[in-house]
Formats: sequence, C-alpha cells, structure tokens
Amino acid sequence: MDSNPSSAEPPGPATAPRQDGSIYVSSAVTTAAKILVVGHFAVGKTTFIGSLSEITPLRTEEKMTQASVYVDDLRGVTDKTTTTVALDFGRLTLHDDLVLYLFGTPGQQRFMQLWEDMARGALGALLLVDPARLEETFPVIDLIDEYGLEYAVAVNTFDQDRHYEETEIREALDLLPDTPVVHCDARDPKSSGRALIALVRHLLDRAA
Amino acid sequence: MTTPGEEAPVTSDFVRSYVITGGRRLPSADELSLHTLVTIAPDRTLPLGAGPEVRAIWELCAGGYLSVAEVAAHLSLPVGVARLLLTDLFEQGHLLRRAEPPRAQHVDRATLEKVLHGLESLIG
Repeated sequence: MDSNPSSAEPPGPATAPRQDGSIYVSSAVTTAAKILVVGHFAVGKTTFIGSLSEITPLRTEEKMTQASVYVDDLRGVTDKTTTTVALDFGRLTLHDDLVLYLFGTPGQQRFMQLWEDMARGALGALLLVDPARLEETFPVIDLIDEYGLEYAVAVNTFDQDRHYEETEIREALDLLPDTPVVHCDARDPKSSGRALIALVRHLLDRAA
Repeated sequence: MTTPGEEAPVTSDFVRSYVITGGRRLPSADELSLHTLVTIAPDRTLPLGAGPEVRAIWELCAGGYLSVAEVAAHLSLPVGVARLLLTDLFEQGHLLRRAEPPRAQHVDRATLEKVLHGLESLIG
C-alpha cells in the first residue's frame, strides 16, 4: 500500500474520443451490458481491457468505508480513514443498440463492498490468471463464488517460453469440469476477444 | 498515481467529497449502476444554485448518453459522489436513464446472444 497522499491523485480526465470524435454512446444504444475482468494484482486486467476497448480505458475511484477495510491493511492508521480503490474500465459497441462495459475488478477480500456493486447486473466474469502465481487467484475465486458469478478462466501467457497444461491449472484451481480454460495474450485484441467469446458461450450454456 | 487494485489514503479529497454531497450518505447501486446510461433530458434548465460539480455533470451529460462510471471518470469524481449527484438530478426529473436498474444475478439470454454475436463479428 502506497502511503503517499499525493499518489492518490488519479490521472487527468481521459477524454477518449471514438473514431467519430465523440465520447458518447451512440444514441441508438438501448442496452448496456457489463462483464467483470477479475484477477489478482498486476495480472493484466488493465492491459486486457485496453486491448479491447474502443475508448481509452477510463479510471474511476470508489471510496471504501472503514467497515469494509480490515485492520491489517491499515496497520497504524486510525479506523476513521477512508481508502480509495481505482477501477479501470472500457467500452465496446457490439451492436447498434448494445454496448458492453468491461470493468477491471481487484480480487482482494477487502474489496467485498465494491464487489457487491460490481456484481450487480454483471453477465459474468472473466478470471485472468498468471500461471506462475496461481495461489494468488484463490481469494479471487472465493469472491466469484460468494457473489454467484459465472466465469471462465483466461490464462494470460506473458511468457511464451513456458507452457502450462490446462490440467495443471484446472487441478490447482479446483475448477468445475465445464468451466472453460483458455489461453490468451492480454495485449492482443483478437486473443483477448476470443477469451471473452469463450466466457459468453459458457454463460449461454449455463443460462440454457 | 494509484495503480488499479491498490489503495491510497484519502485526505483532503475525502473532505471535498463530504462538502459536495452535503455530508449525505452515498446512495446504493439500486437506481444507478456503474454501467447505467444517463443523459440530461431535453428542454431542462440547470437548477438554480447548482454547485460546480452539478454544473460539470450537466454540461457533460447534455451532450449524449454516457454510463455513470464514464461520467465519474471524465469529471474525476469518486463514483459514489457522481452517483449521488446523478441520483439527485434523476429524482428532480432532469436525468433520463436508459436500461432498467439491474437485478442481482439476472441473466438475460437475448442479451448474451447479442453480446456473443457482436464479439464474433468484431474479432472475426
């Protein structure tokens, strides 16, 4: 945790014009859907969102009240302190009347209050996994389960030299047999898009 | 700079939020979710005595539809504060909302199919 107050400043407002120069959603859009991109710290959530978003990913801040903050995260700080968590998100227009928002959601248990807000109305979650740090994914899966979100696993393959067997990942994360596991490079729009497609196909299967 | 997922203590910013909201509790996500699309209704006039944040929201939202999260991000307002001010405008009849307030764990098959189709055309 960064204790420098000046570091709480968000980056300046990002005005991110679409190709037609407008920041706005097309006036024909009647439906906004939401998918969460979840995973532990620095797993590549922001990169993933940036590779797919039609707007430069935007950042918002959500305030966490003391009730949602565990004491060990604020050692030496009074319990009146409010903390802020930064969320990155992006947008894709998928149809004349439909936009999809991708919200990067941090996976720490202390952000449960935030999850309640994020999970509401979400179609599902794409769980980004770093195969070299699988154990850091456990608390994220706990949160996904807690909020009853359907999900697929996308193994972010930063390191092309190392190959991870799907079965290793499934066993380590104790996944259900029908939970999709796909490999993706979060920097690559097509690869990221295919991971989202795998998730949405799974959501459709589960909705059937 | 706050990296996503990291925390930083809030100092003067917290006081600022308190002043903007008049010390009121921030509303829950019942009415306006992060991805709810909002715009200023046509032929409405900015309420007298509107503070600078409400003016900024008015100016931004008069141009078209944006999600609640986008409004907050463009104006560098904490989400809770933006949502409270937008909820005020909604209750005063100044704000139009697209899409129903989301229900918990509601899965809409038609939306999923449309999302899938859209992604497939996009990715090829």
